[in-house]
Amino acid sequence: MVNPKPIFPHIRICEEDFDLSTEARNLRAGHKDIGAVVTFVGTVRDINEGDEVSVLELEHYPGMTEKALEKIRLQAHERWSLEASRIIHRIGKMYPCDQIVMVAVASRHRENAFHAAHFIMDYLKTNAPFWKKETLPDGFERWVDARVSDKEAESRWN
Amino acid sequence: MLSILYFASFRELLGQAQEQLPAEFQTVECLLNALAQRGEAWQQALLNNQNLQIAVNHDVAHRHTPIKAGDEVAFFPPVTGG
Repeated sequence: MVNPKPIFPHIRICEEDFDLSTEARNLRAGHKDIGAVVTFVGTVRDINEGDEVSVLELEHYPGMTEKALEKIRLQAHERWSLEASRIIHRIGKMYPCDQIVMVAVASRHRENAFHAAHFIMDYLKTNAPFWKKETLPDGFERWVDARVSDKEAESRWN
Repeated sequence: MLSILYFASFRELLGQAQEQLPAEFQTVECLLNALAQRGEAWQQALLNNQNLQIAVNHDVAHRHTPIKAGDEVAFFPPVTGG
């Protein structure tokens, strides 16, 4: 499902995988003033809470999730001088080693891009409506609990 | 009418993803009190639950947030994306 005219062109939520170098190149396209690109990719681990994980399923809240991600992205642009940014988050079923999320930020100088990428990920973790459900090798399914450490990571930006 | 949406563990626990209800509640809290009348699972999930997260029209909301006809109200657990 591809929306030909997305409301938020810098946000993408989709089932399909993404190619990091393509995304990084697109982010820089047309900008001659960019001196730094910082990208973060989150991937599926094969172990959580001491248990082997076979499948990770991501659910979101269509409409609210896009809005929440765009708000976080704009907050980053307010705090740091940035030239471009992009957030991709996958939904649906994923497997160990799969890519889940990408944050890419471009700025004139590296400091701003590093900070902004870190900020966007920390806020995404605690503010964007996504939920993870994991399936263990024996077929047992469980919802992943929110982590206190993610809340603490967010508070470092206050 | 109001659109009520349930996500993730709330959807599974309460056995539904969404429903329409008459817009006869002044606040989210009034709506929650009415839904809690449906039984033990509803009461546990919506009233006695520190983890309840609320959104009204795609914005984070609270128990005292006012609601009106046409609003979309969502209930879900703390988010775990990324």
